[in-house]
Amino acid sequence: MAQHKVNYTQDGGLPVALTTIDKVANWGRSNSLWAMTYGLACCGIEMMAAGASRYDFDRFGTIFRASPRQSDVMIVAGTLTKKHAEFIKRLYDQMTEPRWVISMGSCANTGGMFNTYATVQGVDRVIPVDLYLPGCAPRPETLQYGVMLLQKKIRANKASNAQKPKRLM
Amino acid sequence: MAQVKNRLTPFFDNITFDRDDNELVLNFGPQHPSAHGQLRLMLHLQQEQIVKAHPDIGYLHRGMEKMAENMIYNEFMPTTDRMDYIASSSNNYGFALAVEKLIDVDVPRRAKVIRMMLLEINRLMSHLFWLATTALDIGAMTVFLFAFREREYLMDIIEGYCGARLTHAAIRIGGVPLDIQDTFLSQLKTFLDKLPANIKDYEDLLDTNRIWLMRMEEVGTISKEMALSWGCSGPMLRASGVAWDIRKEEPYELYDEIEFNVPYSDKGDNFARYRIYMEEMRETAKILYQTMDMYEKCVENGETALMAHSPKYISAPKIDIMTQNYSLMQHFVLVTQGMRPPVGEVYIPTESPKGELGFYINSQGGPYPYRLKLRAPSFWHTGILTDLLPGHYIPDVVSIIGTTNIVFGEVDR
Amino acid sequence: MRAYTPKDDVQAKAYYTDRYYVAPQVPKQEVETDEVFTADLAAIKGKFDVKEAYIQVKQMVVYINANDIYGVLELMRDELEYTQLSEMSAIDWLAKDNTFEIFYQMLSMNKRKRIRIKFFIKKGEAVDSVEKLFRSADWSEREMFDMFGIEANNHPFMKRILMPYDWQGNPLLKTYPLQGDEFAAWYEVDKIYGKEARDVIGPENRDPAKVDRYDSERFARLGHEVPKGTKITGNEPRVEQTYQEEGGVFLVKKFDKKSSVIVDDPQR
Repeated sequence: MAQHKVNYTQDGGLPVALTTIDKVANWGRSNSLWAMTYGLACCGIEMMAAGASRYDFDRFGTIFRASPRQSDVMIVAGTLTKKHAEFIKRLYDQMTEPRWVISMGSCANTGGMFNTYATVQGVDRVIPVDLYLPGCAPRPETLQYGVMLLQKKIRANKASNAQKPKRLM
Repeated sequence: MAQVKNRLTPFFDNITFDRDDNELVLNFGPQHPSAHGQLRLMLHLQQEQIVKAHPDIGYLHRGMEKMAENMIYNEFMPTTDRMDYIASSSNNYGFALAVEKLIDVDVPRRAKVIRMMLLEINRLMSHLFWLATTALDIGAMTVFLFAFREREYLMDIIEGYCGARLTHAAIRIGGVPLDIQDTFLSQLKTFLDKLPANIKDYEDLLDTNRIWLMRMEEVGTISKEMALSWGCSGPMLRASGVAWDIRKEEPYELYDEIEFNVPYSDKGDNFARYRIYMEEMRETAKILYQTMDMYEKCVENGETALMAHSPKYISAPKIDIMTQNYSLMQHFVLVTQGMRPPVGEVYIPTESPKGELGFYINSQGGPYPYRLKLRAPSFWHTGILTDLLPGHYIPDVVSIIGTTNIVFGEVDR
Repeated sequence: MRAYTPKDDVQAKAYYTDRYYVAPQVPKQEVETDEVFTADLAAIKGKFDVKEAYIQVKQMVVYINANDIYGVLELMRDELEYTQLSEMSAIDWLAKDNTFEIFYQMLSMNKRKRIRIKFFIKKGEAVDSVEKLFRSADWSEREMFDMFGIEANNHPFMKRILMPYDWQGNPLLKTYPLQGDEFAAWYEVDKIYGKEARDVIGPENRDPAKVDRYDSERFARLGHEVPKGTKITGNEPRVEQTYQEEGGVFLVKKFDKKSSVIVDDPQR
């Protein structure tokens, strides 16, 4: 009976890797950031473009999910109006932890050019935000860079308390 | 982080919960991936059939009309970009045309040709985007990727012209700010030469696709009377048997010098609308070829002016501002205080990719418009859902919303 | 002395107007210059009282009495072939003579003509709904109610459309400031967290030119993060960011430029 022999010293080492729980957890979390489709306005179109053929977000492990319960990162793309504010809070509460928020575009950051009665002046008045992307609308490259920065941020944290007490309340 | 306590209570207006019938009330939106924005629908269901639909809008109301009352005319131009953000230049153009009619200036021919090119490129972008998202909603992922690929090429051309992908602000009151770049025509020609094959690709994927046909044919039928009564325009109206295209019937710019057909259908269902969008893409390509010839003729004839000459309302060319004192003073006044159009009012409709985009401006002789009303086509295309959805089944909702081609920057303004 | 700002119109005003400046007018033509409009106006005049009519920028403007509107639009739809109501809304003249001006923009596709029907109503009066004639007026009238507070009689669902149902104030009135009143400023905070959270969240920043380089609350910067509310002096030590892939993470390798190969030959 032929026996299959593996020479571990020659064939790439032992099939065992040593690491820490932090690293494994952060590796998994940062490389499969499932984003919630939160396209509110113009920036939502650029978010779609980032997910479509040329920019191809799947390379970063970012797949758009339509449900808050399946997603890790909420990309708030567009103007948040006062009428909509309660829904963003509700959807944010429905996301499972750990969760992150990217505020995409000037309107979501500060209200942007819409300095009017109907616009929330920055989405961080309602939910805590991890990353602000400038631009009106930011290019898909900006969003990709933002996601890469968020990955770095996740990897720099301890997995056990990746969710530090954030701003706002 | 512990969940922050909030005071939100479920918000269900117009619904009585103590009821005897078997109706189920389904809330759709305001954040639904296939609602094309922030549409909220309250659907009353009898089993799977809708008996009453109540669209709720305003989740993207940003107060643009109020902003316009507090901005000088040129300042408002970038805001119009954010209305129909799929085809920004169409909005720029609608506003610019309305102000030009108010102050009665005539735009140089070369600027007109460039404007038409921008408008038609925007129409193509909008239709491609419509096809991509609608196909995605119905489940055809390949078409989404294909159409976005072509759209990115068009965005490259536009980006070369004005530097922005989405929010162009490429048109000024009185003309266009820049001549087209050197590579514009060659890039556009390369794109247009490929376009028929691309459109055929989409049609091969969709036209005989059983799922596509089942979800499109005989679904969402709008009769002619209903379309007229609800103020529909653009492809929504043409699919219902009214061959009304403002470019043809009330020509603006140089559309009267151009040969193109207006596709229309008597069916009025989703599939008719889909066919009209596809045919319009072909017609747009035809128009673009002709505008390219017109542009080359302008160059041959030595027409270089890009902005109208009207010192009272419009700044002089940059070279004059830099060399002549009077031009500099006039430019300074126009930028700091704004132009003061005559007292009067004007309503100018244009054919945007979605339909009739009209700007009503009431000027009282000041640098700020006294009242500006944006007549956005999508507003009524959303309203028609009230009458259109009852009788359909839940899966049809998505395909009907898809083919109405509503954009919420425009609906809520 | 502080400059006087009129309370009945808080919108932006011209910074400076020459005292001898007389604003020009957009020219108005007689209705008789256009055959189609002459016939249409005669038909309307036959049944209803017409106060004024002229042509401006190729469209006829007709002023009628407020309570004739349903009849006029019915006549125009059924007999004059004006089959579409493109747009309707109001203009606020409250500061001038306590009235609203309502306009209806009509379109005839057969004649290729557009007519604007207008009338004035006093503040507090209601207009007659034309929703039975044109379904598009359903939402337009709701929008007018939302933005100006003008109600429409016989409307099936007279509620706000663009603003939330519990909103206070009518945004397009000239007395309503662009950036909203007290209610608008705290709307989302009050609704989500309650009034007691106002102090925690703080007022809105409405100054677009405001720059605060020690801002620790609104803009997080990687490597400079501090907990909310920390007083920043500018001398804080930089928080060192360490990335775990420096030492090598399971399956993740850091890109090493030195050991990479650059392919020059595309035919390779």
